[in-house]
Amino acid sequence: MHPILSNFRRLLIYLLAWIPITGLLAYLLTVFHEIRDVEALALAVPLCVLYAFLCLSSWYSCRGNSLEKYSLGRLVTTHLTAALVASVIWAFAAVSLASTLSKLPSFQGLSHRFRPEIPVMIVTGLLLYLLWIALYYVIIAVEASREAEARVMKASVLAREAELRALKAQVNPHFLFNSLNSISALTSSDASKAREMCILLGDFLRRTLGLGEKAAIPLEEELSLIRAFLAVEKVRFGARIQMEENIDKAALSVPVPPLLLQPLVENAVVHGIANLVEGGWIRLNVRSQNGDLAITVENSFDPEAPPRRKSGVGLVNVRQRLQARYGNRASFGVQTEGDRYRVALTLPAESEATPA
Amino acid sequence: MTREPAKKIRAVVVDDEELARQVLREFAASHPEIEVIAECANGFEAVKVVTEQKPDLMFLDIQMPKLDGFEVLELIGNETAVVFVTAYDSYAIKAFEVHAVDYLLKPFGADRFEAALKRAKQRLAGKLPETTPPAADLAAAARPPAQYLDRIAVRDGTRVFIIPVAKLDYAEAQDDYVALAADGKKHLKQQTISSLESALDPSRFMRIHRSYLVNLERVAKVEPYAKDSHVAVLANGAQLPVSRAGYARLRAFIDK
Repeated sequence: MHPILSNFRRLLIYLLAWIPITGLLAYLLTVFHEIRDVEALALAVPLCVLYAFLCLSSWYSCRGNSLEKYSLGRLVTTHLTAALVASVIWAFAAVSLASTLSKLPSFQGLSHRFRPEIPVMIVTGLLLYLLWIALYYVIIAVEASREAEARVMKASVLAREAELRALKAQVNPHFLFNSLNSISALTSSDASKAREMCILLGDFLRRTLGLGEKAAIPLEEELSLIRAFLAVEKVRFGARIQMEENIDKAALSVPVPPLLLQPLVENAVVHGIANLVEGGWIRLNVRSQNGDLAITVENSFDPEAPPRRKSGVGLVNVRQRLQARYGNRASFGVQTEGDRYRVALTLPAESEATPA
Repeated sequence: MTREPAKKIRAVVVDDEELARQVLREFAASHPEIEVIAECANGFEAVKVVTEQKPDLMFLDIQMPKLDGFEVLELIGNETAVVFVTAYDSYAIKAFEVHAVDYLLKPFGADRFEAALKRAKQRLAGKLPETTPPAADLAAAARPPAQYLDRIAVRDGTRVFIIPVAKLDYAEAQDDYVALAADGKKHLKQQTISSLESALDPSRFMRIHRSYLVNLERVAKVEPYAKDSHVAVLANGAQLPVSRAGYARLRAFIDK
C-alpha cells in the first residue's frame, strides 16, 4: 500500500507541502533570467502539480530496493537514474508548457526566454526527487520498527502465557494425586518406602519451584528434573518404566528454556508406558551439532490403546514456547512409527542465557 | 451347599498400578463382609473375571491399558455394581450417567471407602430392575456431543475384541443386540442400533433401514430391488436392504 495515496489526509498534507516548493521554483525561475513573476507562477503551478504526482511513484522503487538488502552503490545508481529520468521528463514538460504559453499574447517570447532555465529545472527536479526518496526511506524505517515492536510484544506475551501454562502443566494435579495414592498405599505396607517417596516427590516439586520465572536453565538441570520426575513415577509403575539416556557431554551446560523436556517425558509416561501392560521404554537423546541442540524423546506405546482425552497439550505447549523464543531457528516434529512415538526438536545452542 | 447367614460381597479390584490395588485390598480387608476374589491389572482381565466369576462389586480404574474403565463397564453389563476409582475428577458426571455406584477420587481415606461400600450394598440389595437399558446404551448417552466413537469394544464369552470404527462395514439390529460386521466376521454386542447410531459419526455412518446402519465408505452401489425398495451393495459383496426413508437419506448424501 502506498503510504500517501492510501490515506486522504496524508495526500492533503503532501500536496500542501508542495505549495512552498511551487513558490520556491517560481522564485528560482525569476532570479537568474528574464522571466516575469506572472510567467514564473504560470509555469511553476502546473509543473509542480505534475511533479508532485511523479514523485509519488518513487515510493515503489524505495519499497523494491530496501536499504538492508542492497549495496549502497546499487541504491545510489538506481535512485540517481530514476531521479535523472524524472527530472528530464519534467524539464521536457516545462519546455513544452513554455512554448504553449508563449502563443498567448501576454506571454510572448516565453519559449525563447525559458530555454536557459532548463538546467535550473533539471537540478531542482533531481533534488526534489531525491528528497522524497529520503522521506520514503524514513517512512519505511518507521513502519519496520513499529512492526518489529509489535512482534516482540506478541512473542513476549506468548512466552508468558506458555510459561503460565507450563507451570500449570507442571504441577500436573493427576501426577500428584496418583503419587499421593501410592504413598497412601505404602504407609501401611512399607513405611520406609513411603517416606522415600515423600522425599522424592518433595525433591521434584522443589526443583520445579520458581522455574517458570527463569528464561533458561542449563540442560543438566532440566535432566536432573526429569530424573526426579521419573524416580517418583518408578515407584508407581515399578519395573514398567525403562529409561535410557544418551546425552552429549558438551550439551550439558547449554541453556534451555526450563520445563521444555520434562513435559515430553511426562507425555511418554502418561500416553506410552501407562497404556502398556508389560511396560515400555523411554529414550532421550541429546546431541550437540553445528551450534544446535538436537533432542529426541522416543517411547514405546500401544497403537490400540483406549483413546485418552486431552492428549498432546504438553506437546502444543512445548512447540509454542520454542516458536515464541527461537522463531525459525528452532524446529519441532512428531512421528509415530509402528509402536514407537518420537518427538524431535532442535534449538540453537546459545552460549549464554539471554534474558527473555 | 450351606450359606452363611449374611452372604459375602464378592469384589474385584481393577487397576494397572499395584500400589493402587493395594490400598483397595487393605481397606476391603477391614470389612469381613467383602471378599476380594480377584485383582486385575487391565481391562481385558477385568472382563474375563466378570464373565467367569460374576462378582457383585468391582472397583474400577478408568485410565488403563487395553480397555478403559468405561469400555469395561459397557462390556460387563448391569449385574456387577461398579465403583470407579481414579485421580481424574473430570469423568465423574459420565460415571454417574452410566450408573456407577460411586466415584472415588485418589487418594481417598477409609471413611470415603466405607461410604462407597454402603452405596454399593444399597444397590446390591435393591438390584437393578430388568428394564434398565444396556450399559452400552447408557455409555453412548453419556458421550459428549460431537465426540464420536473411534473404536467399539465387544465381548465374545471371556474374550474382548476391539473394532476400530473404520473397519466396521455395517451393523445389523438383532433383537436386543447389534451384529457388527467387520473384517468378514460378525460380532454381537448388547446395544440398541439407535444408540450405536448416535455414538457414531453421522458423516461416516448412515441408517439405511430400521435394522441397518452402514459405513458409507463401504457402499459400492445402490440398486433397485422390488417396487419401492432398494438394496445397497457393499464393496465386499454384502447386500443390505434400504428402506424408503433410508434411500432418501442416501440420495441426499450422494447428491451433496
